Amino acid sequence: MKRRSKTSAARAQWTKKHLLGIEDLTKEEILLILDQAEGFREIIERAIPKVPALRGKTIVNLFCEPSTRTRTSFELAAKRLSADTVNIAMAASSFQKGETLKDTVRNIEAMKIDMVIIRHSSAGVPKFLSGCTKAAIVNAGDGAHEHPTQALLDVFTMRKHLGRIEGLNVSIIGDIAHSRVARSNIWALKKLGANVTVSGPKTMMPARMEEMGVRVVYDIGAAIKGADVLNVLRIQLERQETPLFPGTREYVKCFGIDKERLAKHAKKDVLIMHPGPINRGVELSQDAADGEYSVILDQVKNGVAVRMAVLFLLSVSK
Amino acid sequence: MGDKNNARVLDKDGIKRVLKRIAHEIAEQNRGPEEVAVIGIKSRGAFLAERVAKDLGTIKKTEIPVGAIDITLYRDDLTEIAEQPVVHGTEIEFDITGKHIVLVDDVLFTGRTVRCALDELIDFGRPAQIQLAVLVDRGHRELPIRPDYIGKNVPTSTKECVEVRLEETDGVEEVVVTNEKKI
Repeated sequence: MKRRSKTSAARAQWTKKHLLGIEDLTKEEILLILDQAEGFREIIERAIPKVPALRGKTIVNLFCEPSTRTRTSFELAAKRLSADTVNIAMAASSFQKGETLKDTVRNIEAMKIDMVIIRHSSAGVPKFLSGCTKAAIVNAGDGAHEHPTQALLDVFTMRKHLGRIEGLNVSIIGDIAHSRVARSNIWALKKLGANVTVSGPKTMMPARMEEMGVRVVYDIGAAIKGADVLNVLRIQLERQETPLFPGTREYVKCFGIDKERLAKHAKKDVLIMHPGPINRGVELSQDAADGEYSVILDQVKNGVAVRMAVLFLLSVSK
Repeated sequence: MGDKNNARVLDKDGIKRVLKRIAHEIAEQNRGPEEVAVIGIKSRGAFLAERVAKDLGTIKKTEIPVGAIDITLYRDDLTEIAEQPVVHGTEIEFDITGKHIVLVDDVLFTGRTVRCALDELIDFGRPAQIQLAVLVDRGHRELPIRPDYIGKNVPTSTKECVEVRLEETDGVEEVVVTNEKKI
């Protein structure tokens, strides 16, 4: 029709049925999600923050791992688009009776649903499910593999504050080995042309990290110096079978981000990001987490807009 | 009109003239103390709204608030349309409650776009009145919607296509009726 003929010619088309990870997205697809998210951010500020775009669609939140932010964010995103949502938490479901994940999903599917948002402690679960259901699958975090919407909201927040991604120096600090956030962020940032540095204790650094095209430094000062963005990860004590550092105090001393360290090494207008939940006083000190360059709550807000864009694009996918 | 291949129904001066006339008609209809604001339907309606608001501001000797609305998410055919919809975002930076809102679009056809815009506007507040101004009314309504201000009535067949080209989007100023239906 008349209105849409011009603008969409240069745009990437969204053709994917599922969102399983950033690794299989193109640069254009990532930019398409970010651009669409701009439009959705305005909606969540409205007096009535709700649009009828996904009316009649049913979205299931299947969370087999604890989550506050991501689950709430996806649920709000779905509700603001007028979709119906169903939440399934592992503890209160038939997983406890020994039902397999595949059976669970196929049974939910039989009740006519359109999308499943899945979080699971095993890498590859979303991909596996995408092969056994007709519903669209959205990865909300699978093991230490990927957390695509977190990376999308991180780059969205960076672009919003700094105006670009290309050429930015982004340092990801903390438990790189156990972090799906780190992996998805690296994929997204590299595809968009940023320079990525990772830093953390050697015991938390996977071997051959350089092959992902990132710089690895073990000195926190070097990681902070020159960085436009510090993305500080949570120390995931629950994923460590044996302790990977001698003690919390030791970690704080070597890798904790606090005001003194920032004053000594950081650029004046550095952005501090954290995917949450924060271990206050461990990876981030109180004053750094709430300081003027912290955009952590902005990330949470942008998360809803980015997830709205993802749900919307998946539902109009051709 | 229907037998010509490419009929130009308005040129640059024509568009300017009818927009000015619409502004005068809006001023005439809203003479009281009420506050008038103009909101255009994206994308071309938004540019027209800016022009109408400017003309209206000159007539009323006051600044007229102007906004733009993107109706993509309110469409009733979102999943059926061939081309992938693109969300552009709505920009209404003022409170519409209690105001007389003049909704502006380039072409009025089935009326479905206007239905979307009405629904969306009401999610922003409760205007005292909503009026509708269009550059071209080409007929073939599918909903009980009627414009208050019409730039030009252009009787068409459903096979024809009315194209509004504006400086901001197309580099030229004209309204043409073409035979080929765009996909």
